[in-house]
Amino acid sequence: MSALLAAGEGGGFEAPGPLDFWQPLAGGDTQYALTRPMVVAVLSVVLISWWLLRVTRTLTVVPGRAQYCTEGVYGMVRNGLARDILGTKDFLKFVPLLFTIFTLILVNNLFGIVPLIQFPTMSRIGFPLALAIVVYAVYHGVGIQRMGLAGYFKHMVPPGLPGWITPLIFFLELITYFVTRPVTLALRLFGNMFAGHILLVLCVVGGEYLLFDADGVLKIAGIAAFAGGFVMTLFEGFVQFLQAYVFTLLSALYIAGALADEH
Amino acid sequence: MTGDLAIIGYGLSTLGPGIAVGLIFAAYVSGVARQPESRGLLQPIAILGFALAEALAIFGIALAFVFAG
Repeated sequence: MSALLAAGEGGGFEAPGPLDFWQPLAGGDTQYALTRPMVVAVLSVVLISWWLLRVTRTLTVVPGRAQYCTEGVYGMVRNGLARDILGTKDFLKFVPLLFTIFTLILVNNLFGIVPLIQFPTMSRIGFPLALAIVVYAVYHGVGIQRMGLAGYFKHMVPPGLPGWITPLIFFLELITYFVTRPVTLALRLFGNMFAGHILLVLCVVGGEYLLFDADGVLKIAGIAAFAGGFVMTLFEGFVQFLQAYVFTLLSALYIAGALADEH
Repeated sequence: MTGDLAIIGYGLSTLGPGIAVGLIFAAYVSGVARQPESRGLLQPIAILGFALAEALAIFGIALAFVFAG
């Protein structure tokens, strides 16, 4: 961010772009560099592990404040998502996966508006892609395990269709299961975090430029841009929570779709 | 005037999802207004529909940066 602010000072205004998300910290400007999102991701894992270990070590019947909050999040994922979508019979197997996905994405997203850290990890496509690959492997895995390879492909087509339309539907479902679902799952999270963060950067950098380099009435516009940045930060917090929820919801739905006996 | 045509494409790609998200939440609001106790049932469905409709706009912004010069 500081390099960006410096770049904005001399000459014309430079709008933020995708290149601002490439921030190597060590190891040079190569593909093996240690980048800022990597550090943020490791920090989030350490933070979540420390928090959960600390809270679950001293569980009491009458919960304290920390235990109450943690149980609230866990209960939302376990009851609100896993049990309602996957059904009471075999939802417990998937609760650890869904809870991990939810907390990891939530904390990483919220880092986007935490002062000093201020980098949503998921705005680099590699991170949501990795999570989407995990979900992809799990729902195909449980589907094939449950129904066998042939049965899994057979279950993609809903029963009771006229014969001539079956190949067409099968083809469409094949694309849905193998291409559309993982791609949209990864891109949705990435796109929201990327677009939201670029908007915040634009509000702050543009406001700074208008305030210090423009003259007259435009200085007021700079203050308005900062105010807009503040409002957008609050909105981003909402979107970040919503996207963590949506990713977990869709993961649960895809797993449920592979587990279902009929369509 | 200078700029990139890809961003116009992104603007166009938001129109459909914008209308779609509006329709989804309109249906959700009228559903809850008719039957307030169905709120818990309708909320995940509304958010799911919102997320699926929003996907096209997200494709739009990803592709706008891909094709921007």
